[in-house]
Amino acid sequence: MAKEQAAEKIEATENPKVKISIIPRFCKGCEICVKLCPTQVLGMEMFKVKVVDIDKCTICMACELRCPDFAIFVEKK
Amino acid sequence: MAFNYDQYIRGGKLPHIWCPGCTYGIVFKSLLRVVDTLKLNRDDIALVSGIGCASRLPGYVDFNTLHTTHGRALGFATGIKMAKPDKHVLVVSGDGDATAIGGNHFIHACRRNIDITVLVFNNYIYGMTGGQYSPTTPLGHMATTMPYGNIDPSFNIPELAKGAGASFVARGTAYHAAGLDRLIVEAIQHKGLSVVEIINACPTTHGRRNKFKSPTDQLLWMKDTFLPAVAFEKLPPEKTAGKLPMGVLYKKEGLPEYCETYYGLVERLKKQKEGRAQER
Amino acid sequence: MGKIKLLQGNEACAEGALYAGCTFFGGYPITPSTEVAEFMARRLPQIGGAFLQMEDEIAAMAAVIGGSLAGSKALTATSGPGFSLKQENMGFAMLTEIPCVIVNVMRGGPSTGVPTGPGQSDIMQCKWGTHGDHPVICLTPAYVQEIFTETVRAFNLSEKYRTPVIIAFDEIVGHMRERIEIPDPGVLPVVNRTKPTCPPSEYLPYDDSKGDVPPMANFFEGYRYHVTGLNHGTDGFPVNASPRIHTDELRLIRKVEGNKKDIVKFEEYQLADAEVAIFAYGVSGRSAKTAVEAARKEGIKAGLFRPLTIWPFPEEQVAALSKRVKAIIVPELSLGQIIFEVDRCSKGRCGIEGIYRVDGDPITPAQILAKVKEVK
Repeated sequence: MAKEQAAEKIEATENPKVKISIIPRFCKGCEICVKLCPTQVLGMEMFKVKVVDIDKCTICMACELRCPDFAIFVEKK
Repeated sequence: MAFNYDQYIRGGKLPHIWCPGCTYGIVFKSLLRVVDTLKLNRDDIALVSGIGCASRLPGYVDFNTLHTTHGRALGFATGIKMAKPDKHVLVVSGDGDATAIGGNHFIHACRRNIDITVLVFNNYIYGMTGGQYSPTTPLGHMATTMPYGNIDPSFNIPELAKGAGASFVARGTAYHAAGLDRLIVEAIQHKGLSVVEIINACPTTHGRRNKFKSPTDQLLWMKDTFLPAVAFEKLPPEKTAGKLPMGVLYKKEGLPEYCETYYGLVERLKKQKEGRAQER
Repeated sequence: MGKIKLLQGNEACAEGALYAGCTFFGGYPITPSTEVAEFMARRLPQIGGAFLQMEDEIAAMAAVIGGSLAGSKALTATSGPGFSLKQENMGFAMLTEIPCVIVNVMRGGPSTGVPTGPGQSDIMQCKWGTHGDHPVICLTPAYVQEIFTETVRAFNLSEKYRTPVIIAFDEIVGHMRERIEIPDPGVLPVVNRTKPTCPPSEYLPYDDSKGDVPPMANFFEGYRYHVTGLNHGTDGFPVNASPRIHTDELRLIRKVEGNKKDIVKFEEYQLADAEVAIFAYGVSGRSAKTAVEAARKEGIKAGLFRPLTIWPFPEEQVAALSKRVKAIIVPELSLGQIIFEVDRCSKGRCGIEGIYRVDGDPITPAQILAKVKEVK
């Protein structure tokens, strides 16, 4: 996890396999991560990304790879 | 697994200036991963840009960064490289910045084959100024200065670079971000003028006015449109309609690199002078 | 005693740059300045310096700024048309405060004009050529020896005040050959940019808290900082609407206008008891000196004020002069440009008479002498 991002308010969701961290202030609501997630782990709430079902996450990293705003990070446990 | 981008970003600069859904942030992250992969010393990197959306990138990274005048990044970069040939000089430039107002400098930097890596962020539009057409806007596309559909034919940037003498030419896309890392790594490692055209999406002033309802639609268009060069060449002609090759498109090793040739001359002159000094 | 040589003005400019520690030249061929590039093309490789002929003057100016930012003292030379092309990037160097020297060997203008003839009609462009308020230092040598020493001075002022310096001399002075003494190294002072002493983490490239000229770190020296043509804060990052822009613009101007004692330089020739003064620089200054001598032989008390620094303009000196003389004659190879400044500073205290010539030939001493007789 990035040091600077750690200074930001972070919404983390996790299960035994994976931890997904979201930085609401950085998210601009473009929905790229939501639409490109192959297993619909993510959704939108008030124009910000939100983890909808973490157990569906296959840790493919598509969301972190294509988020243009450093707003979502995936950490495999 | 989450990549620590923070080590390369200047503190307090996020969120960056680019619009929601602009893919420049994806490419920006790719560049940071590349610098990490190559273990480049940040003190030895100069990142130079011109004017436009892409050209705001240097402000965010903790390198020696120079945000110059529209189209002229390569002129500045050539000066930096000639003064300090052992340093890494990278240029980021938009399609308009690099091939319209910057076109003359682009072809001459290619011709000179000076060891600079040029990342051309091609989002098919002048985004910063609100959506005017650029030398890469496809025919028929809408732009604020082509309200009846673009009639201006476009450059093929890789062909332009190759024709002008660049010794490494590649094309990547913001969708194929992981693959982009490998292309930029290879471009930086290549000795000579390396051009990487990076297909991007400008949802705000181009995408939504040209049938891409969302940024993701344009990313998926990239996925369907761009094929690895090897696969593209195998396609029968009738199947290539609407498709384009990506990856390393042209690479010529062993061509003289401009600074090496120049400073080779300097060494020869020095030896001749020392030779004459001993004779006296 | 330095080395005595017979040098062309343009060559003396190249030699002066080398003397000042210049190790970078970016240029493009254009009459009547090309010889500066040609001499640098031969000399710079001999000393391990970088010579670049770029694809146009815009790229040449950009390369020079890049070279300077990377730590080299950098020179470019051009003439009217190229000088026009360089304006935007010169403005960039002025705002980003990157030292460099721009030689404008002036020819007949406008447009292609008289490429092989002298001109002084770029002088206002030297001051106002690029857009926006900006600091300008412009030196005007008239002799080959002076081109050498003024080029050294140009680099020193550029490094000292972190700003581009223009050297403007006309085609005649640039192309003529004259005896010149090249001083031994160390004889003329050579100034280098002030380097930061604070650690990189504390470095603010445009910090004006300790004076108008912030220390300058070169690229690749561990001070990874940002340079942009956008108005910027002390840390170098863009600011678009803040009091900072106003105070910073004032500082940029003050760097030059506030240091006129150090920057303004001129020659006063038989001016002490003069009743008629001539204000002239470059080749016109040479003709004026001969005219003064001719006038004195005829018992006419004429004198010459010859600026070596035309921008910032020697306002105090011209104002004082206007109180002492009946008229100031301003011969210039244009249809009247620098005369505006002379008139502005004289405030009607004395007559102001111009001599204009734009036919590709210099103003002759006889022309000036005739005007002196007319006004005395």
